[in-house]
Amino acid sequence: MPVMKFIDAIRDSYVETMRAHPEVFLMGVGIIDPKAVFGSVKGIREEFGEDRFVEGPLAEQMLTGMAFGASLMGLRPVLIHHRVDFLPLTADQIVSHFAKWKFMFGGQQKVPTVIRGIVGRGWGNGPQHTQSLIGLFAGVPGLKIAVPSNPADAKGLMTSAILDDEPVIFIDFRWLHNEEAEVPSGLYKVPLGKANILTSGKDCTVVALGPMVEEALKVARLFAKSGIHLEVIDLRTARPIDFPTVAESVRKTGRLVIADPDWPHAGVSATLISQISQTCFESLKTAPVSINWPNHPVPASYGIEPTYYPSANEIAQGVARALNERSPEEFSQTTKFFEGPF
Amino acid sequence: MSEQEQLEKLYSEVLRIRVVEDEIMKIYSQREMRTPTHFCTGQEAISVGVCSALRPSDQLFAFYRSHGWYLAKGGRLPRMIDEFFGKVSGCSHGVGGSMHLIDLEAGVQGTTAIVAGAIPHAVGAAFALRYNKTDNIAVTAFGDAATEEGVFTESIMFAVLRKLPVLFVCENNRLATNTTIEHRQPNVPIHERVRAMGIHAELLDGNDVLAVSKAAKAAVQRARSGEGPTFLECTTYRFLEHCGPLTDYHLGHRTEEEGEEWKAKDPVFRLEQKVSDDLRASLTQKYRQEVHAAFESARKAPFPTTLIPEGVQCL
Repeated sequence: MPVMKFIDAIRDSYVETMRAHPEVFLMGVGIIDPKAVFGSVKGIREEFGEDRFVEGPLAEQMLTGMAFGASLMGLRPVLIHHRVDFLPLTADQIVSHFAKWKFMFGGQQKVPTVIRGIVGRGWGNGPQHTQSLIGLFAGVPGLKIAVPSNPADAKGLMTSAILDDEPVIFIDFRWLHNEEAEVPSGLYKVPLGKANILTSGKDCTVVALGPMVEEALKVARLFAKSGIHLEVIDLRTARPIDFPTVAESVRKTGRLVIADPDWPHAGVSATLISQISQTCFESLKTAPVSINWPNHPVPASYGIEPTYYPSANEIAQGVARALNERSPEEFSQTTKFFEGPF
Repeated sequence: MSEQEQLEKLYSEVLRIRVVEDEIMKIYSQREMRTPTHFCTGQEAISVGVCSALRPSDQLFAFYRSHGWYLAKGGRLPRMIDEFFGKVSGCSHGVGGSMHLIDLEAGVQGTTAIVAGAIPHAVGAAFALRYNKTDNIAVTAFGDAATEEGVFTESIMFAVLRKLPVLFVCENNRLATNTTIEHRQPNVPIHERVRAMGIHAELLDGNDVLAVSKAAKAAVQRARSGEGPTFLECTTYRFLEHCGPLTDYHLGHRTEEEGEEWKAKDPVFRLEQKVSDDLRASLTQKYRQEVHAAFESARKAPFPTTLIPEGVQCL
């Protein structure tokens, strides 16, 4: 199986779906830029032509509505935004049109569009270029939201998103782009709305999304040395959330930690904890633990910004709280290992 | 078809919309229809004139004031009335109401209640119709206030840039709900402002169905032959309130005198000067019967029994 980078796996999905499905086309602002959307659209214009590689003016609301109209006519647009921070400008088309159309006309219409946004970090990007916004859109019925954690899922979730008949927001975190892993060749799908159990364990359920998945796996490896086995679950999609898989795990372990790369209020972690608390209350041995970004934007200064982001450190402390078996002091030695790469 | 025959055909369609709207207005207070109805009374010549140039496979993207557009494009009347009555047999299965009409067989795409929301949809549809190698076109209808939204400008520019087969139709009744145009736009005629973006733009008497039909046919021909989009500013007058079956003169933002002046320019009135009284009477009766039959059928039809429409999965 070939090994490839996360960003190239996304590109692979584009190429495979565009070859197999003539109705798929890419569009976005600056996609003809030689930097090729961090490499994810490299060579696509050359292979598929201008008609299927549509450069857009700085008119994101129009482009989103255009994708909508094109999808009503049977095409499958993939609208690419260099930054997820550009999505709120287009929220009317996403929330009041894309998310409503199938429902509002009793199922007569399909709007198969993928809207991709990239999450930035570091180098002084600052508050407007570092947002995640997963939680903002996750509350809207009629949308699906894919958040891959690894290259194989990036390709498979993008393919599922493109071939899904409903609108899908696809969010990729920039600092995962260079991660390498095995990625199957050819056209394959990773189902939307189905979480992936990565490690099996009876001691604590750790649910993670996007970049927090690898951090959770580091914690699982650490705790395993002490004979404590964590069940790490990669949610894969922020909407729909695979509640049954998480619930089944919590009924087994009695403990829940969620690591969510987003603000704490009204997002995926809040929804998951609320739902699990309501439906699995009798199974919970300790209170659920939520690991989130701080409840404020990201400052630019590199003197302080790195402390914004939770990592395996914070997940380990969260698991310790959930286990309620050892004091935080006993873990401070071991958590010193997690000081990079970011 | 002779000129008189063509005129009578257009007249019959304009009259039909007028009769349908009038009959709905008459029974609205009985509360069998509980949906915000934005009547097009006075504006019928625009939808009829434009649709006279279109095929069923041309795609219409309209807005909440679309009873006339729906009918002129060939949308089925009983399904529209059922929808107003909130019945599951309505065109939108009782989910949309008056603001959200659809008839895909007639090329009536689902209408939106968001002002200017559908304008980029037409741009995307035109792109797709060309991508799929058809010579069908996309038409979008909207009011004067929609031209104030940023997405309108974005859509015109892109349609011009890519020479997309779109027809942009502006029903300029100078009102956004109850705010008159001088409060909202600088004193530059809409078609002139838009023309500066490079689009073929015309100003038309929107209440002259023949003039609208002629301009629409030329625009459609331009679009089909790859010459790009057209913008038609059609001046007209909204006789009723923004939403509902009454007039709004009591609010004071416009005068009854102005309303009287526009009655002389009413599209139905003007056409009736050119057709026989017999035709007027027979058509009026025919259309009244048609819409009353639709009311009766709607009364008997069932309501939805589920909050989520059947066959739709909400995840």
